[in-house]
Amino acid sequence: MHILVLLKMVPDVVEDLEIAPDGKALDLEYLRMILSESDDHALEQALLLKERHGGKVTVLALDAPEVDDALFTAVAKGADRVVKVVGMDAGSTTRQAASALAQVIQKETGLMPADLVLTGVQAIDDLDGLIAPLVAHELGLPYLGIVTRVSLDAPGQSVQAIKEYPGGVHGEFEVKLPAVLGMQAAEKPPRYVPVAKVRTAMKSQKIDCTLVPTLADGGWLAIDVVEMKRNEPAGHAEMLEGDPDQVSGKLCGILAERGLVA
Amino acid sequence: MATCPATLEELPRYPEGKEILTCLQCGMCSGTCPYGDVMDYPPRRMIAMMRAGMLEKVFTSDSLLSCVACYACMAKCPRGIRLTEILLPLMKEQTLTHLPELPSELQRALQNTLRYGNPMGEPSRKRAAWVKTAGVPIRIFSEDRRPADTLWFVECYTSYYPRGQDTCRATAKLFHKLGIDFAILGNEEKCAGECGRLTWEPGLFETLMDYNMAVFQKYEFNRIVTSCPHAHNAFKNRYPALGFNWGLEHTTPFLGRHLAQLKPLLTRKSNYTVTYHDSCCLGRQNEFYEAPRQLLQAIPGVKLVEMTHNRVNSICCGGGGGGMWLDTYFKAKGYERLSERRVKEAAATGADVLAVSCPYEVSRFEDALKVLGYDKRVIVRDVTELLAEAMEE
Repeated sequence: MHILVLLKMVPDVVEDLEIAPDGKALDLEYLRMILSESDDHALEQALLLKERHGGKVTVLALDAPEVDDALFTAVAKGADRVVKVVGMDAGSTTRQAASALAQVIQKETGLMPADLVLTGVQAIDDLDGLIAPLVAHELGLPYLGIVTRVSLDAPGQSVQAIKEYPGGVHGEFEVKLPAVLGMQAAEKPPRYVPVAKVRTAMKSQKIDCTLVPTLADGGWLAIDVVEMKRNEPAGHAEMLEGDPDQVSGKLCGILAERGLVA
Repeated sequence: MATCPATLEELPRYPEGKEILTCLQCGMCSGTCPYGDVMDYPPRRMIAMMRAGMLEKVFTSDSLLSCVACYACMAKCPRGIRLTEILLPLMKEQTLTHLPELPSELQRALQNTLRYGNPMGEPSRKRAAWVKTAGVPIRIFSEDRRPADTLWFVECYTSYYPRGQDTCRATAKLFHKLGIDFAILGNEEKCAGECGRLTWEPGLFETLMDYNMAVFQKYEFNRIVTSCPHAHNAFKNRYPALGFNWGLEHTTPFLGRHLAQLKPLLTRKSNYTVTYHDSCCLGRQNEFYEAPRQLLQAIPGVKLVEMTHNRVNSICCGGGGGGMWLDTYFKAKGYERLSERRVKEAAATGADVLAVSCPYEVSRFEDALKVLGYDKRVIVRDVTELLAEAMEE
């Protein structure tokens, strides 16, 4: 069983985000990047499958700030090989990213054949969740998204996948292999790996680098970012000032005015 | 600086390891351990298992998750075995790798500390945001590199937690009144990492040590004064291995040393009855018992009363050794929260104020007072807050 996991770095929203001087993108100088949460779940699911059924896990990621940390962490957690695609333009679109990944998967030695390709179903900068289905399309493989559980029925043949639907409903799918799955969540939260193990991985393991393939220029950009802006608050909370009697008086007044109390 | 075995396998070759084998099995450690009654393997039994070559069983139980690194077992051991310093962290490290799943609260705290330099997962770039509310000018080294006498190492809960920031503002005011020439690291500062070392995570601790040492070396100062007893502990016992050789003090003993200068400034009379909680790292580990009490007694009108367990017998707030991020886990196990055990004693003294010197304790004790319904009777204040308050015109 060979599982290929696609990882992607996204802006870390814990730290402040700044808009670039051109007003069309986030300021990359100021940005910190972090592994996309659902990709971390995809990796966890791959490692769980490997622990249960054997095989190997290969991780593929596009170059980005702090991606090496994420890749060495993946090694420390149990990934067998990590590959990084370098030379991609910073402002690449989701479709270009998917195309680059699909081409590398086909050309780079040892990435194919893979039984399963797992990646996050979406990312905060790809809320449409386009990467996984586009990669599947380019590879000519079936795709199933919003998956929360994967179990292996017949190794090499098919997997059983649970897909979430709204309203507390889920569907069970039998997916013929090879296939691409967009993971919403692994069956358990991503594991902790001691920092010492990551530090050891940094000293003893290597990241394979591969150059981004030449991407066809197909006039893909039907849409462009016109302007990126911070949300402007549409309303605000009104703070009632004064001593408890005054505040309760004002509160009763507001409730009465809005017809909430008689 | 004592030598320190890095792994459990190395331990028997070190004097500390041989010392452990001299254990009398008297059980003082297990008896004094605040969670000794709920552990499958309290310290005495842990050592017995080690001698019997059955440590695997200890690692696969969750006993060590309940160790709050309070130094009580070590303080009471008649053989002077360095349980909290040497044996327990090595055992905990093994437990971490054997646990099928880390309690999620603890996992998040460790991951946040690695990434953002604080366990709460607050933005690293807002670490010095409190400075704007300090009320006095605070110099940040990266903005003004002139040498300073004192580097004030603020630490995490003091930088981010709103009640911790109250302590910061009080400390800043005291430093100004005393004319201390000080600067802080601002957003460059990261957790000193003591809870990494004493908890589970030597790799995390080493990463933070490397980072903080590199930052220290950028600036010129004579001593570090820190608001956090845990940081003090790390700087005193672990950082010297990397060349840490600056003077070092915790805020409370530092202020205690300036008592003669402070006393005339403490003019505002209070009518508080105060009881002081000895933090584990400051008390048992460093024996700073008198400085905080002398400072409190210097405040006009303060009446100092003692809890049943005080000084070396003080009961841990439950926050050390990772306990800060295991409250949900302890609760799920049905354990009594140590902070609740402690505030019951504080309330029994009739004190209006529970005075503390460690930033962990403010939130822990305030929460515990609310849980037990004592919050109208007892308030929690850092010693620095009480001193600053006594200076108001």
